[in-house]
Amino acid sequence: MTSLTLNAIIEGRQRRGRRHFRLVGLMLVLVLAIFALTLSVGQSITPPGDVLRVLLGENVPGATFTVGQLRLPRAVLAVLAGLSFGLGGVAFQIMLRNPLASPDIIGISSGASAAAVFAIILLGMKGPMVSVFAVVAGLGVALLVYGLSSRNGVAGTRLILVGIGVSAMLESVIAYILSQAPAWSLQEAMRWLTGSVNGAQIGQALPLVLALVVFGGLLLSRSRDLEALRLGDDTAAALGVRVNATRIMIIIGAVGIIASATAITGPIAFVAFLSGPIAARIVGNNRSLLIPSALIGALLVLAGDYAGQFLLPGRYPVGVVTGALGAPYLIYLIVRVNRTGGSL
Amino acid sequence: MRLSRRPDLPRSIVARSHRTKSLWLVGLVAILALLLMLSVTVGTREVAWTDIFAALSGKVDDIGQAAVAVRIPRTALALMAGAALGLAGAVMQGVTRNPLADPGILGVNMGASLAVVVGVAWFDIASADAYIWTAVLGAGCSAVFVYTIGSLGRGGATPLKLALAGAATSVAFSSMVIAVVLPRADIAGGIRSWQIGGVGGATFDRILPVLPFLAVGFAISLLSARKLNSLALGDELAAGLGERVAVARAAAALGAILLCGATTAICGPIGFLGLVVPHLCRLLVGVDHRWLLPFSMIGGACLLLAADVVGRIVARPAELDVGIVTALIGAPFFIWIVRRQRVREL
Repeated sequence: MTSLTLNAIIEGRQRRGRRHFRLVGLMLVLVLAIFALTLSVGQSITPPGDVLRVLLGENVPGATFTVGQLRLPRAVLAVLAGLSFGLGGVAFQIMLRNPLASPDIIGISSGASAAAVFAIILLGMKGPMVSVFAVVAGLGVALLVYGLSSRNGVAGTRLILVGIGVSAMLESVIAYILSQAPAWSLQEAMRWLTGSVNGAQIGQALPLVLALVVFGGLLLSRSRDLEALRLGDDTAAALGVRVNATRIMIIIGAVGIIASATAITGPIAFVAFLSGPIAARIVGNNRSLLIPSALIGALLVLAGDYAGQFLLPGRYPVGVVTGALGAPYLIYLIVRVNRTGGSL
Repeated sequence: MRLSRRPDLPRSIVARSHRTKSLWLVGLVAILALLLMLSVTVGTREVAWTDIFAALSGKVDDIGQAAVAVRIPRTALALMAGAALGLAGAVMQGVTRNPLADPGILGVNMGASLAVVVGVAWFDIASADAYIWTAVLGAGCSAVFVYTIGSLGRGGATPLKLALAGAATSVAFSSMVIAVVLPRADIAGGIRSWQIGGVGGATFDRILPVLPFLAVGFAISLLSARKLNSLALGDELAAGLGERVAVARAAAALGAILLCGATTAICGPIGFLGLVVPHLCRLLVGVDHRWLLPFSMIGGACLLLAADVVGRIVARPAELDVGIVTALIGAPFFIWIVRRQRVREL
């Protein structure tokens, strides 16, 4: 290979790299912008100066309660949950090489949600214990779906269909537990059925941050191996990736992060499913999608929650907005794959 | 000499298989009768036999008799809804030639739900007839929609594509139901009944208006048995046998949609019944739709009655909606079918 072509390749790679970082930076700016918007514009408009002073801990009459107690916890939780769903979702999609194999379609989110609502309503648990319970249950469901769909190797189609069945069952378990609740509150029910960040408290953010650091760190540390898995198990093994170990790590990381978020906000519909493909469409497939997808997830939840609160007639939990958004995309995906004839 | 006997052989086999099927039919009807009795007698409140008989003959003097009097329309509704959903499932599996077809999975029941909710919230429909027409319309639209999406492109309507299209549509419709109902405090209390199907709270006044719809649906569906048998051979062969494929398919689907829509209008969306029942019945009577359809009807009624009785027992003193019970029974069954059959790749 002549040095000229080599140079061209290197230069092209650097150019794509710069473009990638520019786009990721743009997403980050967008997330921060919407975050700031949710803090200052709601039913009433708080000037940015006041918002900043509240964030710095000053007591601003009128703004401390609205911004500090209502808007800030809500926005923080939305960002954290969005990051978690986006990251966990894309990890699954890349690992199983199928955008349909996202945790909210194959039943892992509903498993975590069922466990959380079980722990809260029937066992009376509170706080971090609920998250632990949800993570364990999420792992259990992942194992169950994986086990049920493996016969002479796991076929993607079977995995997805088994997942649809499992999540249908778990959703009726959620409905059953909710029917056992002493007071059937619509708001609570909405949280566990479609996901919502209503009534967020800043204390709830702590377990989520922890989960993001631990499980998210695990996923990011495996991101090179994950990229190799995209080429197929055999190729990845030939490249020196220990396929099974990597897969187990990724399942633990992704399920952990998804279940922790679900234990607090409920399964926010389709965020895990949507983030990865949207991120891939924006930044291309050349580099790791983990961080772009996490940012897109945060954008989706923040924007969805904002739209549900202020832009639509009536106030809706974020899951209703993302659910109405995600389903058409799923349909589009089905239609498109028929045209190209390729794998999903 | 021996050769002359051979024509008798198939006939005797046919006769024997008819006898077995008839025996199964009798057995199933007996089970149905037993379940009907259980449904009237078992409930949250223990009622003495004398009170039950008194209530059956129309008395409502004490609270026990009144409790039984409430159970009678409920039982009638479960009977009809179960038969309708079982039959609709069998017809849909025949029309789509797809083992995973089911009014719940294909999003048809949710479509009916959404249509009714929209009608109530925005168009102030109130009469029972309007309810049912709206539900049937919603069921029809969503059935066509899901089937169109599921069958686009190569390979036609594969199980995976249909199930996915149905699941996506269900989630979207379910979101829309919430979106329509949530701001309306006056109907928000009923949101549960549009998400989860149940037969509780039935009265004869509410059941009566759906009867004509169900009757037409039953008639169309049962009459399409022979056509479904031809369709099962594949479109080309069916056309070669002189069947007008598109017409046959549309007629049978219309019957199924009438049944689903009318049922959802009074019960809410009940899933998985239409999936489970035809598969179980196929184990008993084989694939001949002339037997399968009536069996699915009776089997569906049995399963829904049983699910309703179980729902009353397990959660005492509360009750479990029958839609939850059928999903808990049906989803593992769905997984079993997926595992057992070599589902065609997408």
